[in-house]
Amino acid sequence: MRLRRIVMPEIARAGEVIEIRTVILHPMITGHTAAGAGVSGRRIVHTFHVHYDGAEVFRAELGPGIAANPLLTFTTVATRTGDVVFTWMDDTGETAVETRLLTVAPA
Amino acid sequence: MRRGVAGKALRRALAAVFAAIAPFAAEAEPKARSAREFLSLELAAEQADETLNRGMLWVELGERLWKDGSVPSGRSCASCHGQPGGMRGVATRYPAINRETGALVNIEGRINGCRVQHQSLPALAYESEELLALTALVAHQSKGMIMSVAVDGAARGFLEQGRAVYESRQGQLNIACSQCHEQNVGRKLRGDVISSGLGVGYPAYRLTWQGLGSLHRRLKACQQGVRAAEFEPGSTEHLSLELFLAWRARGIPIETPGIRR
Ligand code: HEC
Ligand code: HEC
Repeated sequence: MRLRRIVMPEIARAGEVIEIRTVILHPMITGHTAAGAGVSGRRIVHTFHVHYDGAEVFRAELGPGIAANPLLTFTTVATRTGDVVFTWMDDTGETAVETRLLTVAPA
Repeated sequence: MRRGVAGKALRRALAAVFAAIAPFAAEAEPKARSAREFLSLELAAEQADETLNRGMLWVELGERLWKDGSVPSGRSCASCHGQPGGMRGVATRYPAINRETGALVNIEGRINGCRVQHQSLPALAYESEELLALTALVAHQSKGMIMSVAVDGAARGFLEQGRAVYESRQGQLNIACSQCHEQNVGRKLRGDVISSGLGVGYPAYRLTWQGLGSLHRRLKACQQGVRAAEFEPGSTEHLSLELFLAWRARGIPIETPGIRR
């Protein structure tokens, strides 16, 4: 299992903008070889998406130009209590999923 | 008239005071400056915030290894040492002389000593993720504490050995460590600003490495920079240099895990 880290509040008020930070330990191998043309053995996280209370609130398509151990920070608006589900997918089909409960108090 | 005499006496007294201070003032070195002082705003923010600092992922990995009792002897680091917090202050004293063998060891060496002697496990390879993680975990416990290595007794010889390397020109470019890290601190070299070349942030997450690396790996990079024959990580040459750097850093706080460019 790849180490990952998610930093976000556990509790927010309805309507509040919250910041979410994520990091995953991943080598992001571009597959470009020193020998020159051609790509082989590419292994990067190509997609990262986040669902909150069932709806997608953030999505990133990553390319080979992204450095190892991608650190992604974004904001979203707290609406109501629900799970925030983070998914990273890499070239080998490996998928990492993390879930955090966000408790929302009335504004 | 009386004022004149008093004035003269005062001047004499002051002159005596300055004469007494002068030798110390001349000896006082300018304070060493960590690479942290020259980081870009983004990297400084990443280092300062442990929730963002990518080096902390290795510290976390170190915590898992620390508790791992699935070794043949059944003895995890924790079974002897308790919580990692018990290692607070340890990194301020390393490298240090191992009393049994008389050898100079750094944290990496000390951890491998425990693996071999106390866990019946083979030593971890120098730049392996496991050794980096455990070293980062141990050093991180001393974050914010100031370096204070012992340089008396058997350590003295190693210190002088380290100093000799530090002050000697080396490589095709024929430049000594001190020429960059003492005479040109604060000045630019390619994309970097030269710091005092201290080890207080290591193991550090370096963007160039896209991961965590040891102090000795950084020293190799500096030797490569001047096209010198590189010392091997874990070698006595690197350990003596590490001790000399730690002595230069006396009074400077530990930052592990540092973030570097
Ligand atoms: C069977 C018990 C045992 C186990 C297991 C063990 N150690 Fe130790 N460790 C010791 C003893 C005893 C010392 C003190 C040795 C000395 O000072 O000569 C020591 C010293 C150390 C020190 C230096 C502390 C100081 O104050 O200078 C470090 C760092 C350390 N161990 C890390 C580790 C790590 C990391 C592990 C797991 C990989 C580990 N040890 C596993 C017994 C153990
Ligand atoms: C040509 C100039 C130059 C020489 C010579 C040189 N270095 Fe460096 N060194 C640098 C630069 C540039 C950096 C990266 C910026 C910084 O932190 O100073 C660096 C970084 C370091 C660092 C890491 C500092 C940190 O906190 O990340 C250490 C330690 C270090 N050097 C030690 C040495 C030692 C020991 C030698 C001699 C073997 C040496 N350097 C020779 C230019 C040099």
